[in-house]
Amino acid sequence: MPTITSDADEAVSVITDGATVLIGGFGTAGQPMELIDALRRHGAKDLTVVNNNAGNGDHGLAALLKAGQVSKIICSFPRQSDSWVFDELYRSGKIELEVVPQGNLAERMRAAGAGIGAFFCPTGVGTPLTEGKERRTIDGRDYVLEYPISGDVALIKALRADTLGNLVYRKTARNFGPVMATAASHTVVQVSEVVEAGHIDPEVVVTPGIFIDTVVTVPTPVSNPEEKRAGQ
Amino acid sequence: MTSRPTATPTAPPTGTSLTEQVDRGPLSREEIARMVASDIPDGSFVNLGIGQPTTVADYLRPGSGIVLHTENGMLGMGPEARGDDIDPDLINAGKIPVTELPGAAYFHHADSFAMMRGGHLDVCVLGAFQVSERGDLANWHTGSPDAIPAVGGAMDLAIGAKDVYVMMSLFTKGGESKLVPECTYPLTGLACVSRVYTEYGVFATGPDGVRVISTYSITADQLQDRMPVELHR
Repeated sequence: MPTITSDADEAVSVITDGATVLIGGFGTAGQPMELIDALRRHGAKDLTVVNNNAGNGDHGLAALLKAGQVSKIICSFPRQSDSWVFDELYRSGKIELEVVPQGNLAERMRAAGAGIGAFFCPTGVGTPLTEGKERRTIDGRDYVLEYPISGDVALIKALRADTLGNLVYRKTARNFGPVMATAASHTVVQVSEVVEAGHIDPEVVVTPGIFIDTVVTVPTPVSNPEEKRAGQ
Repeated sequence: MTSRPTATPTAPPTGTSLTEQVDRGPLSREEIARMVASDIPDGSFVNLGIGQPTTVADYLRPGSGIVLHTENGMLGMGPEARGDDIDPDLINAGKIPVTELPGAAYFHHADSFAMMRGGHLDVCVLGAFQVSERGDLANWHTGSPDAIPAVGGAMDLAIGAKDVYVMMSLFTKGGESKLVPECTYPLTGLACVSRVYTEYGVFATGPDGVRVISTYSITADQLQDRMPVELHR
């Protein structure tokens, strides 16, 4: 049974200095802003963060970077029009970057969550991103060996949880959430609402509660589309 | 050459005669997008890359049954969202708000990229810095030492889709051909591009080299004089 709480600060207090933190989201869609803000207040430092991007604007992941708490980021696409916080840290040598093709980022976390020791993948064969990796030809096609990426903690965002931690997501904000939930030793999810067990149709559960340790209720997240629309 | 036994070749049949349209200017970007759209087989599952390839969606034929995939977790993507339809939770790979069509499906990132890698996606359309005559693709990094590297889903798409179409200008601003014997920019994928659409011509690339399919504002012979790769007819 997961812990159900509205206290984001308490929920992220398990994160220690030097931890690897998987943070959900594709750009700002699915980014658990309130959990990231809590991690910033918590102050854990020397973190390795895994996310598709490297922060947008000045909020969420970007603010965590700006606070100097992240020493390394593993991502597929750090360079965006609004990634000025990362750009400056990178150019001044204050953050380490590992660029991973987006599908490999997802699959390496999937492997971690599924207990796979490593896998042969065709992506990036013959490119600079797979230089030095073990290569094998299988049935005439070339592959490189890729290792799992696991996290100490995952911070993700979903739309709704039940009291057993079963999750449903919302549209393309699902992105990395379900994979990251499986790949960390401890997974914290922020949701807009928690319902009683039995109030989510078992056929539509996306992430089963076995992967979830803490559910944090954030009824009106900053990136809530309804709120934004109302504000326009 | 990487073998992909499940691939369905859609390159024009061999023996298709070259067309040269010299009594007109080079193709506009819109004309290139329209041409790419008309070459995508009905019923295909298609991923359109960020930037110019996205405009191909504007020219897909109604009733074609083409389903658009966006790698951030959706099939059945509709046009760009406007006004009240804008929803921050519904975006495409370029992080532009989009809409969903009836029959759309959402899925997580590992499933989304399994669709590519597993050979389920029929066509992807990408931009490029360079394409080699064998179909090697370079489109993610200029090689400039001060550029921040960022690959996104380009490498996964390049080797995943059954057919990779490239839309690009044929020459650099300095007049160098971007269709080359060997890419000098960092590679995105090996032997993956099957078709290259440019303002001056459309080309098929593959193990047998470059075949020129059509030219615009210029003859194939004139193009050959400006290009470092042999143009087969």
